[in-house]
Amino acid sequence: MQTLRLKVVNEVGLHARPAAMFVQAASGFQATIRARNATVTGDWVDAKSILGVLTLGVEKDHEIEVDLDGPDEAPAAAAIQRLVESDFKS
Amino acid sequence: MRTMKGIPASPGIQQAPAWKYESDDIEVSRAPVGDPSSEWQRLTHALERARSQVAEIHIRALSEVGSSEAAIFEAHRMFLEDPALLARARQGIFQSEISAEAAWAEGFEYYAAKLEGLGDELLRARAADVRDVGALVLRILLGRERSSKPSPSAPSIVIARDLTPSDTIGLDRAFVRGFATMEGGPTSHTAILAKALQLPAVVGLGQRLFEVDDGALVLIDGERGEIVVEPDVAAAEAFARRSKEVQRIEQEASEHAEEPAQTTDGHRVEVVANIGRVEEARAAIGLGAEGVGLLRTEFLYLERSYAPSEEEQLHAYGEILDAFESRPVVVRTLDAGGDKELRYLDPTPEANPFLGWRAIRLCLDRPDLFKTQLRALLRASVGHDLRIMFPMVAILDEVRRAKNLLYEARKEVEAAGHRTASAIQVGIMVEVPAVAVMADQFAREVDFLSIGTNDLTQYTMAAERTNQRVAYLGDACHPAVLRQIRGVIKAGHQAGIWVGLCGELAGDPQGIPILLGLGLDEFSMAPGFIPHAKALIRKWSFAGARELAALALDLDSAPAVRAAVAASSPA
Repeated sequence: MQTLRLKVVNEVGLHARPAAMFVQAASGFQATIRARNATVTGDWVDAKSILGVLTLGVEKDHEIEVDLDGPDEAPAAAAIQRLVESDFKS
Repeated sequence: MRTMKGIPASPGIQQAPAWKYESDDIEVSRAPVGDPSSEWQRLTHALERARSQVAEIHIRALSEVGSSEAAIFEAHRMFLEDPALLARARQGIFQSEISAEAAWAEGFEYYAAKLEGLGDELLRARAADVRDVGALVLRILLGRERSSKPSPSAPSIVIARDLTPSDTIGLDRAFVRGFATMEGGPTSHTAILAKALQLPAVVGLGQRLFEVDDGALVLIDGERGEIVVEPDVAAAEAFARRSKEVQRIEQEASEHAEEPAQTTDGHRVEVVANIGRVEEARAAIGLGAEGVGLLRTEFLYLERSYAPSEEEQLHAYGEILDAFESRPVVVRTLDAGGDKELRYLDPTPEANPFLGWRAIRLCLDRPDLFKTQLRALLRASVGHDLRIMFPMVAILDEVRRAKNLLYEARKEVEAAGHRTASAIQVGIMVEVPAVAVMADQFAREVDFLSIGTNDLTQYTMAAERTNQRVAYLGDACHPAVLRQIRGVIKAGHQAGIWVGLCGELAGDPQGIPILLGLGLDEFSMAPGFIPHAKALIRKWSFAGARELAALALDLDSAPAVRAAVAASSPA
């Protein structure tokens, strides 16, 4: 079980393409991955669900918490961290 | 009689009875049903059907309107694969024991409502998309795969609250003469798709549109952004006059469509078609196409889980080339991206797929994929004037490597005992500004240059055509784009090669005189624009067009250029 706390600096927040990329990245792993908007506290959503992620309402400079649990949680966490911290360029 | 003013979305003038497109307010009962596992099966089957329908619509949209406009269907596809939505529906079926329809409807409505509630205008548009896709699945479950009124069965003006992309593409176009919607803006999906389909559209007409009765006669003027419902005698006469004039022009244009496009002082240019499917080929020839300036090949690669084989491609290219006999056909090699469009390749997410690993970049990294296409093209070339064009080239090295692979492919084809045409022209698309700027160097290594103004404009003005907020910047008549075009044509001619243009500008009545004056050799456009383009070219003198072009390139904005063309006289 791992938890990440990441800041989303992208202009559009976690919407549109960044959201799609986030979901695509999470979907590549077996681990159960959840996310929530830590700045505007709300519910956890399945990080592999594009609809869930869109409803988080993550805007620029919001922070998200990502919860991972499963055999490949370490590489999953690394991939998601890299994705968000590189502002969705890798 | 009522006159309603809205926002002009797509030009054209038509008259036909109104056909109201009701969005289904499908009533779904929450009553418990007997058999959860069979309800679950029904849902999963319906979802499979929905996915393949969205895939079909996506391909159709891609060949009719282009990939940025068609991208909306990508989002639809993602929704249909959303695990949380599916889980919600599953819960409804197994725990609340409600029907598949009820469980699915509750599921997608939950998300649509949540997205709407977030207040952002873009998210509200997403909510509408979720409902669009949700309704598609519901109709399948209810055995009503089109809405209760599938499509107009007589010429009609379609009246709706708003039209989703699937609505617009899904309607049987045989009887649609125009669109009028309550909502929507100038760059909404309705506008973009109507323009691409060359049908008049007026949007943002407001609630009053509701009052129009089914079957009431409607006059629509897309350019003025107006509709007239149940015109009185005076209005009907004015319309009849205007429309007669337009028809006369159209008639003349089509009567002479097969004649060459030659200016009054004897300068001749080639007018050819942009097509994406076999069905468009025959229609294009009927409209006066002298060949193909852009054959899009993506339809063979998308919406599937593995690349098309050489044989499959050979068959498809063969059909299209046969339709054109010995007329020149310029085929653009694969111009799609690796991130989501071609799932069977590397699915690494990219922040900016349109600036990323796609087109020639992808093909050079995947020589097996690329050479399969090249071999199929080479084999199909026998007895035809096939020309090959590489998309999104940015540096000379790409041209050289692509030509090498073509050479290898030819060797492979010959070794396998097949024949190929002996001389095949090889060219590149000029859409990356770097190539426009260095056109002189590229011109030395190819047999032709084809300017893709749609993307060239996007890259030059750093603005997406389909982004409503910045679409106003993406006008190919901007002098910055025109000057690049001038440079490319000059460079091509200096190297002794021909230069064509396959973006929207080639069919734009305000772009044509300038391009003519800049010395463009080949104008490639959607087939519907061909008769008009030829008719327009015949009205101009080359000398006059040259003068206009020189003037236009010194102006400082796209509107100024358009005004100058509008104010000019062809002689």
